[in-house]
Amino acid sequence: MAPVSLSKLVKRYGATQVVHGIDLDVADREFIALVGPSGCGKSTTLRMIAGLEDISGGDIRIGGHIVNDLPPRARNISMVFQSYALYPHMTVAENMGFSLKIAGKDKAEIETRVAEAAKTLSLEALLERRPSQLSGGQRQRVAMGRAIVRNPEVFLFDEPLSNLDAKLRTQMRTEIKKLHAKVQSTVIYVTHDQVEAMTLADRIVIMRDGHIEQVGTPEDVFHRPATLFVAGFIGSPPMNLREAVVSDGKLMFRGGDTLPIPARFREKVAVGQEVVFGLRPDDLYPTGHGIHSGEAHEVHEMERTVSITEPLGNETLVFVNFDGMEWVSRMLNPRQMKRGDTVNLSFDLSQAHLFEAGTGKSLRS
Amino acid sequence: MKSWRLPAPFLLLLPTFIVLAAVVVVPLLLSLYSSFTPFRLTRPDSIWIFIGFRNYERLLADWDFWVAFGRTVLLLTVALNLEMILGLGLAMLVEKATRGQRALRTVMMFPMMFSPILVGFQFKFMFNDNIGLINNALQSLGLTDRAIPWLIDGTLAFIAILTAEVWSSTSVFAIFILSGLMAMPKEPMEAARVDGCTPWQTFRYVTWPFIMPFAFIAMTIRSLDIARAYDIVKIMTDGGPAKRTEILWTLIARTGYSDARMGLANAMAYFAIFLSIVFTVIFFRKLAQARSQIGAEW
Repeated sequence: MAPVSLSKLVKRYGATQVVHGIDLDVADREFIALVGPSGCGKSTTLRMIAGLEDISGGDIRIGGHIVNDLPPRARNISMVFQSYALYPHMTVAENMGFSLKIAGKDKAEIETRVAEAAKTLSLEALLERRPSQLSGGQRQRVAMGRAIVRNPEVFLFDEPLSNLDAKLRTQMRTEIKKLHAKVQSTVIYVTHDQVEAMTLADRIVIMRDGHIEQVGTPEDVFHRPATLFVAGFIGSPPMNLREAVVSDGKLMFRGGDTLPIPARFREKVAVGQEVVFGLRPDDLYPTGHGIHSGEAHEVHEMERTVSITEPLGNETLVFVNFDGMEWVSRMLNPRQMKRGDTVNLSFDLSQAHLFEAGTGKSLRS
Repeated sequence: MKSWRLPAPFLLLLPTFIVLAAVVVVPLLLSLYSSFTPFRLTRPDSIWIFIGFRNYERLLADWDFWVAFGRTVLLLTVALNLEMILGLGLAMLVEKATRGQRALRTVMMFPMMFSPILVGFQFKFMFNDNIGLINNALQSLGLTDRAIPWLIDGTLAFIAILTAEVWSSTSVFAIFILSGLMAMPKEPMEAARVDGCTPWQTFRYVTWPFIMPFAFIAMTIRSLDIARAYDIVKIMTDGGPAKRTEILWTLIARTGYSDARMGLANAMAYFAIFLSIVFTVIFFRKLAQARSQIGAEW
């Protein structure tokens, strides 16, 4: 069990820099998710922590010791790969016991620990099979078994669920969460799936182009996105975002529509300033059908025409045209609604976000 | 009245059967039969004298034959192992090359492009005790002042032949093993590094089991090759001097054509073929085993 800390970590491939001096402190036993679009440097970062990639600058500390130049085997980590990376010629038991065998543990101990891990992951019946005889989900469990058998200080997961189908992914997500509760190790988990990141992690690190955009709890990154990128990346369906210019007490949108400046931001913007207005679908709802319908105190209402609806059973996504753009609103306790209907929309401005147009930084603070 | 005709499938397969029978089965049966006769090329009618297993009985007691047989097995074993080790090393080096790998692969295959006869001549020249490159080099470097009798001493001649064989065919192993290395997924190797393996352990426990089937394919092909090794030996030493480098096929060719004792030669040839089959079967079994082990889908 060990904290992990990255300071000024840099990765360069020739002239191309892919990780730009990132700093991150992961507490002991914390579950951290690195999330971002592909090519953001999250996997490279993880592989540097594992020791599979050389680092071009900065330091990595595991348990307080600098491990920059240590080979993976000396870092006391274990890793679960996206493609499972099982040894095809070994049985499940051999796969799981391999690291112990290499470490020179005696047979009885290997057997006990493999059996223990197999029990945790319900793999007992599969111990004598080879990877080629297993399904994707079973292979993934073996890969996790191989990781926990060693009792490492740090677990690294590299998009472990990406190769599984949607149903299995949900199921395995729960298993990973249970596993973490049981083994109590530090976990660094790379994913491009924000739902995985949100559901699993204590804290989420959102990366983009080799930089860290924001580090925070799932609540933080959802409710208090630090940048425009985070606001657009986290949340499904994504936040409605639209450029606007601050005029006297109002936000003037490009297409000519206006909204009052949310109270929280009134002191923070100047007339003529270019901003980006953001409002989550949850905070834009047909009047009376929102999460905060009862207690919302800064609601701006207007009538719009429905362009499309997506019923999901417990809720319906209603697409409306606002300022020449499709905005998504989320209707709880849905009622019948169809294309062309006029709907009275509530904009809950107390939940709105404003970002600086150029830098994308949040104007909250 | 409808005339009787051969069924279509039979009719369509017939040409294949006729051609195969004409070029393979009949000669094979004829040679098998002749191994039970004292057939001599100089006395054609001797093919009609049936002598049962007498040729085979003679061979079983023939010391020269068994020496040649043993030498062939030795050549097979040593050459295949050396070729595999060298081919493995070569393949691993080439696989590491990030630039110019295609060029290296092409260069690696050059020895396969030469006729074994030419390779034999070239190595015969290089190992020549008077004018050969090797003695010249050894003497110029001051390592020896004698002319080492490479192709005359039995052991040295065996080494010279081995060198020529290995030079010409290591690339077979290198190509197969390289294709294995290139087909190998990289993640298990990374997993092994994380699991605590040193580079050597990674090779031993992860890389090698994966490329083993590829090495066995090369082994199977080469075991057929060497069991009929003839050309290089024929050119370099012709089994001599004084039978010091005699192997099965030089002995068989001499018995059959020079001494004209075709019946006896055919009996020997059946031993040689049997040897080939044994080696091939061994490697084939190992291949099948290795394949199922890595769960190969081919």
